[in-house]
Amino acid sequence: MRDVAGMRRMRAGIFGLVAGIVLAAAAHAQVPDAAVPLPESDPCDVPGYLLFGEGTLDRIAKSIKEHKRLNILVVGSGSSVLPGPEGVARSYPGRLEDRLRQRFPQVAVKVGAVAKSRLTAGDMVESLERVLLEHKPDLVIWQTGTVDAMRGIDPESFRVALDEGVDLIEDSGADVILMNMQYSPRTETMISLGQYADIMRVVARDRGVPLFDRREIMRHWNDNGNFDLNLGTRDLAVAFKVHECLGRALASLIIEAAHLDEFKRGATQ
Amino acid sequence: MAPAIPTDRDLRLDLFRGLALWLIYLDHIPSNIVAWVTIRNYGFSDATEIFIFISGFTAAFVYGRAMRDYGFVVSSARILKRAWQIYVAHIFLFVIYMGQIAYVARGFQNPLYAEEMNILEFLQQPDITLVQALLLKFKPVNMDVLPLYIVLMGLFPPVLWLLLRNGTLALALSALLYALTWEFGWNLPAYPGGGWFFNPLAWQLLFVFGAWCALGGADRLRWLLRSRVTLTIAAAYLVLAFFITLTWHIPGLAPLVPKWLAEHIYPIDKTNLDVLRFAHFLALATLTVYFIPRDWPPLRSAWLRPAILCGQHSLEIFCLGVFLAFAAHFAKVEVSPGIPMQVAVSILGIAVMIAVAWLLTWYKGATTRKAAMGAG
Repeated sequence: MRDVAGMRRMRAGIFGLVAGIVLAAAAHAQVPDAAVPLPESDPCDVPGYLLFGEGTLDRIAKSIKEHKRLNILVVGSGSSVLPGPEGVARSYPGRLEDRLRQRFPQVAVKVGAVAKSRLTAGDMVESLERVLLEHKPDLVIWQTGTVDAMRGIDPESFRVALDEGVDLIEDSGADVILMNMQYSPRTETMISLGQYADIMRVVARDRGVPLFDRREIMRHWNDNGNFDLNLGTRDLAVAFKVHECLGRALASLIIEAAHLDEFKRGATQ
Repeated sequence: MAPAIPTDRDLRLDLFRGLALWLIYLDHIPSNIVAWVTIRNYGFSDATEIFIFISGFTAAFVYGRAMRDYGFVVSSARILKRAWQIYVAHIFLFVIYMGQIAYVARGFQNPLYAEEMNILEFLQQPDITLVQALLLKFKPVNMDVLPLYIVLMGLFPPVLWLLLRNGTLALALSALLYALTWEFGWNLPAYPGGGWFFNPLAWQLLFVFGAWCALGGADRLRWLLRSRVTLTIAAAYLVLAFFITLTWHIPGLAPLVPKWLAEHIYPIDKTNLDVLRFAHFLALATLTVYFIPRDWPPLRSAWLRPAILCGQHSLEIFCLGVFLAFAAHFAKVEVSPGIPMQVAVSILGIAVMIAVAWLLTWYKGATTRKAAMGAG
């Protein structure tokens, strides 16, 4: 029949393909993993294009220059705090505070966190006014998106909540950074983050506020071999290291987006 | 007057549906470098549009003839039987998915992801989760397409009836429903919240449009599809979409999209089949039909045979693809997440899809030959 030759060729093709994959896998197994970073490279490295964007922070420079004060508040959900006695100091808000204090010794830097598990963006907006009055931050880092994605919150409601939140924060006179979800290779097929991450990007761009793209940054660390985020462990060591790096990256973003580099040079002269 | 339904199968449909199934598979593997070849990275629409359009086209092609020959009741029963098959397939996949999740829940712990692990809570209340899944309200990641297909098929009998009587009216009503859905934000409810990721009230437009094309619409559009003006507009639109998509991948280019344009086009809404996506699909289809005629010789070649075979067993291969994407993700998590593994699972997955499609074709051929011999 007409198709027999085609079938035979196709089958040969499939066998060839499978054999090729097996060979490639075997060859790969002997090569040392190319993704392991060189010992001198910094695991916290983030390429500039992942970290810096168009959004700017226009208000905190004034607070630093005039009042020698920088009061930052992290508003977020469970992924902004680590458990345990050292959890608060070694999660990213604490690391950010340390980093900024080292960088600006003459400024009173304070980084607080209002982070509770299971809060959607809408939940956070509800208590935002009260929180802003209580803490009077110069800058709010708003970490959100994870819980909304897990609960399958209506994307439009999520967008509206983000918009309202940014309004409230800006009306209070503070700057804002949006921070999206963590990259989690294990749960990638369980939680559909993409749509929510896209919405955060759109809102950040529309409002001209910086987006800390935690998801892509952590994906970069994982794919580049800086951290093994697949690792199953009860130990907090990796979590501490990741948060240390997140804190440092955030500090770089704040300095860049608020043009604080210049300030530092001026202050140390 | 009833439209003429062509009698022989258009291999282009099978080819592109097969390719769409491969692309969907590649896109469903998270963090897969091979997914860079898929069309969603080069324009607004993706393989889902192709799949739904061709599904509408073939449904009208197959059941349109049945409705003509055997009447409304018998053909409706056949359509509903098909919808039921898809439903069963979906539930089958859901069970596999639950198995995978349960395994991950037992085997994985990391304080970094305490919050993400809350997603596993639904395992603790199977009474609610299972019922919501049976109602098609609870749909895990990557399992959104089949529920859409089920709803579209389940409601297809009256649509087909009207298409056969007054195609233009049917298409106009479909477009009206699409417009009203956008206007009033209609969607079917989902669990635990929100609406369907693929809103059937919006996506039906593509399905009905496909069916309309199959029942003579494509012939009526022929002059339009052949006109230089149409082809130029389509090509220009694809180029524009390509450049806009490029700015998503190369961050330095993003400022090149003027702010007024960005405000107009973003977000490009996949849930409600954004007009930009629909137009992108139409542009793609226009150029494809122009450059690949029905009697294109390579359609009969051995090279395209694998994709055509997959397209001819779309339901089975689609389900297999969803399952294989789970398995591929699993292999990446458990063995190695690196690029060689991503390439290997991508190629191997497609090879398995081809092999199974070939097996199904062989089985179908063997049983019909047997039946013919028994009858003779």
